[in-house]
Amino acid sequence: MKVFEGLKFKRGTTAIHRLDPRTKFLVSCMIFTLALLFTELLSIMILFIAQLPLIFSARIYREWSLSLKGSLTLVGIILLSNLIVGYISNNFQLSSQLLTYSISMAFRFVVLMSSFSLFFLTTSPDDLSLALEQSHIPYEFCFAFTTAIRFVPVLAIEAQTIMDAQRSRGLELDKGNFLKRIRNYIPILIPLIVGAIRRSLELAEAMESRAFGAKKKRTNLYRLQLKKSDYLTFLISFCILSLALYIRYNIPIPEFQIPL
Amino acid sequence: MIEVENVSFTYPSGVEALKEINVKINDADFIAIIGENGAGKTTFIKHLNGILKPTQGDIYINGLNTKKASIAELSRDVGLVFQNPDHQLFCETVEDEIAFGLKNFGFNKDAISERVTWALNLLDLTKYGKVSPFMLSGGERKRVALATILAWDPKILVLDEPTIGQDFHQKDKLRQFIVQLNSQGRTVIMVTHDVEFVADCNPKVIVMSNNRIIATGSAREVLTNFDILAKASVLPPQITQLFIKLSDLGLPQNVIDLYEAKQLIIDLTKGRLNNEGL
Repeated sequence: MKVFEGLKFKRGTTAIHRLDPRTKFLVSCMIFTLALLFTELLSIMILFIAQLPLIFSARIYREWSLSLKGSLTLVGIILLSNLIVGYISNNFQLSSQLLTYSISMAFRFVVLMSSFSLFFLTTSPDDLSLALEQSHIPYEFCFAFTTAIRFVPVLAIEAQTIMDAQRSRGLELDKGNFLKRIRNYIPILIPLIVGAIRRSLELAEAMESRAFGAKKKRTNLYRLQLKKSDYLTFLISFCILSLALYIRYNIPIPEFQIPL
Repeated sequence: MIEVENVSFTYPSGVEALKEINVKINDADFIAIIGENGAGKTTFIKHLNGILKPTQGDIYINGLNTKKASIAELSRDVGLVFQNPDHQLFCETVEDEIAFGLKNFGFNKDAISERVTWALNLLDLTKYGKVSPFMLSGGERKRVALATILAWDPKILVLDEPTIGQDFHQKDKLRQFIVQLNSQGRTVIMVTHDVEFVADCNPKVIVMSNNRIIATGSAREVLTNFDILAKASVLPPQITQLFIKLSDLGLPQNVIDLYEAKQLIIDLTKGRLNNEGL
């Protein structure tokens, strides 16, 4: 559940918080693209380190590290599956090249996770909804999207309560073999899903009693306006992306390998 | 016996929810915990079966330190019924739902079917045995949740807001039921906001406010102590409020029981009638 904590918006007034959500989305997409462009451990590490100043200047270090901690299981799975598949297809031989590759694949996921975390931690759901609306996406979709994000922490709390309730009935989550352990989660998942469906129906009724969808054209009190800092960020992102593309196709990247 | 020794608890987020709680609850005690929202009542009862472990101090359930036991081990003796039944119901039928806990605790097949029948009967749910718990009304689901816990007959029963969503009739039945369980030697602890219900049940009362226990005593002592109740944002029962407003007439101020109140008013009016020589 910690991973959700690391994606929950945290109010702040830093320069990063004040950027337009569209700009931040673009930056996150850029990091995403860069992470997919490169497979070498060195470049992925540079990408990771390059994000750190942004994280620190937005003062979200604690939440960001929570999101990374929460994704550790997946990182482990990625590392292992790369190792296993590589090991089998490589005639059951473990090379330092394979190890380096697997580690950089796992690290790539960390980079992706961290760019998401940066975006969601510094963008309020309201701003996000505004940004989507001003990008001419139908309001119903924007609303559904932002509501989904907004309810993640609520669901996380509810999941914890359900877990407590079932453990009070003698359920031991980490008992038994692998399959049994997965089955142990049924008593948690069913009340959670039923609760979510019930809540969504209630929410729909509440929305309709407040005249949701009465007028086709909605107006907003606030309008997002791109500022100088946004244009500057666009420019910098564009330069970095072009530079990266140039490097990717024209300059060989030194590949160091982790010894076995 | 439950011994709570100098227990403090802070949530990982840094919120302090319990401060220096000391209390001893004997076997077959009947306890009501009252207090304002966020006073720490639910956090406290979650400590009794080990869902939460104290950050400071110790809790002993029949001599066993909760820090050294699993939730499952503790729950065998401490049955905790959560406030919202929807947080635990997941089976296809009410019978399966009741059997779930019994299976977890390793009861054998015969014992399970015997106890399921017993629990259904106890809570007036026999006709719903094969029905999906999701089809039942809120009050019925609440009774199913209670039945699922009572099925393994824990020595200590802990109820979080048992009266919420129950009509007057069900509430009265619940009261009789809880009193009966207690008189059979089970320890009953309930968290509630319903002072009238507390007055009717007449248990020992623990008042919590601002993450501490600020008073303990009999229902009569606590529910007529306005200062303490005000600190915990609780109003005394209506009958007590009425008697305090009528104190000029020489009526006692520590009345919480309806039947006692009725008798006092009858005596008062009879006396008046006699004095006026009618």
